[in-house]
Amino acid sequence: MSTVLLEEILINAISKNLDGLGHIAVGASSPIPGAAALLARARSNGSMRVSILGSEDNNFFSDGGKEIFDIAGQGRMDAFFLSGAQIDGKANVNLVAVGDYNHPKARFPGSFGSGYLYFVVPRVILFRLEHTPRTLVKEVDFISAPGFSDDDVYRPGGPYKLITDRCLFRVNKQKKCFELESVHPGHTVNEILEQTGFEFLLPDNEVPETETPDEATLKVIRGEVAREISEIYPSFASRVFGIK
Amino acid sequence: MLARQLTIEELASEIPDGSKVALPPDYAYCALSAVRALIRQQKRDLHLVGVPSLGFQADMLIGAGCVATVETAAVTLSEYGLAPRFTAAVKSGSITMMDATCPAIHAALQASEKGIPFIPLRGLIGSDILKNRKDWKVGNNPFADEKDDPIVFLPALKPDVALIHAPIGDKFGNVWVGVRREQMLMAHAAKTTYVTVEEIVEGNIMEDLQLKAAAIPGIYINAIAEAKNGAWPVGIPGGYDSDHQHLKGYVELAQTAEGFDKYLNEHIYNSKAEAAE
Repeated sequence: MSTVLLEEILINAISKNLDGLGHIAVGASSPIPGAAALLARARSNGSMRVSILGSEDNNFFSDGGKEIFDIAGQGRMDAFFLSGAQIDGKANVNLVAVGDYNHPKARFPGSFGSGYLYFVVPRVILFRLEHTPRTLVKEVDFISAPGFSDDDVYRPGGPYKLITDRCLFRVNKQKKCFELESVHPGHTVNEILEQTGFEFLLPDNEVPETETPDEATLKVIRGEVAREISEIYPSFASRVFGIK
Repeated sequence: MLARQLTIEELASEIPDGSKVALPPDYAYCALSAVRALIRQQKRDLHLVGVPSLGFQADMLIGAGCVATVETAAVTLSEYGLAPRFTAAVKSGSITMMDATCPAIHAALQASEKGIPFIPLRGLIGSDILKNRKDWKVGNNPFADEKDDPIVFLPALKPDVALIHAPIGDKFGNVWVGVRREQMLMAHAAKTTYVTVEEIVEGNIMEDLQLKAAAIPGIYINAIAEAKNGAWPVGIPGGYDSDHQHLKGYVELAQTAEGFDKYLNEHIYNSKAEAAE
């Protein structure tokens, strides 16, 4: 078996959380989630739709910028992906600023659709490919979108998983926190504990290793998924899959 | 009725200091030639509205000192990294931020489009976006059954000006925007709309039903100016690509105020050819 890249493990792991869904949407700057959605679609026997922001081939919206939000508000979007400059143990996401909001130490582009989509899309998968105490923090400096809401707030959607370059967390909705689900090959639970700024639950049994994609899956990832993702993310496809 | 046809400089001169100006994101149709004219005319205290986000045109206007307030879901140069003059301005406190989320901008424009005072929107409750928007309110869904159902109310967002670009327009002021229908929403919602187009075509766009389905009628358009390559250095969907070398060069220069001034002098203030057009 050829060497499996971290990107391929992440694409495979994310895609397993999408099987059986009807419509997956992918936002900007998300090559790995985009590839994961295309992989899930490839094995869905034509039962899954994928819309990717910035794509011409995989974007069916025809009613302007509002449509992707309207479709989510109606419950016609099953999964979406969010990242954040900071993510905390309550699954709050910060896309705005580090430090004081009015005099920030660092300022990022902004919240985009997070302040809405996190509430209405049932399965929001968080991804942050820098897993350090700097990014996975005890408490975010600015809440672009809260992980959980009071019971009286309309909230059909919310966080489902958090995937990083070291591990995969699942969301524990009752306790409103993360729980370690699996650790990527080459990483350890101790390392995760050290590199995570927030507290999280450990399962009762031993933490499994994140599954490595099998040969058949790798073939799809490196074939049709790589080709399709190169339309939107040419530099990613060239670096990871050697697609020119 | 015929549309008013202006030069780009004349068009920009009709946008006064202090205007609330709605602009599209880089992936739609941006009127960069008109933005450069606004910078040359040293506009001040503009209130930019990103529909729903902003890119290069906002970074340039902010760097040139034209902007007092930025109301948007994001300012992003996507693959080119953080918007340097925007970031510097936020850190120094020289602009006022009104952070939003994309559907809030769309919805608040739709309220203006309908002529209604506000519109409710799901989400946002518990966010610091909401906490920092004193102009937004949380109320109760008046149609809720028994329990409380808190929901955010957004006041109608009515820009003074929508400034957009488009592939084609005609002498009646009809403007074809294709699939970028948020530009139609902008024109419906704003008090005035100024458009630059790649080409003013012969005939009447509205007589071709396929074009009409994706066109803004001239009744919304205050003036139109022809601007070949008017989105440059940003591209237009279905037309030309972004000028990657130029944009990369911009981002490198704009890392410092001095570098940005150099860019302004070379590509905007001293761009006599464009100013004379």
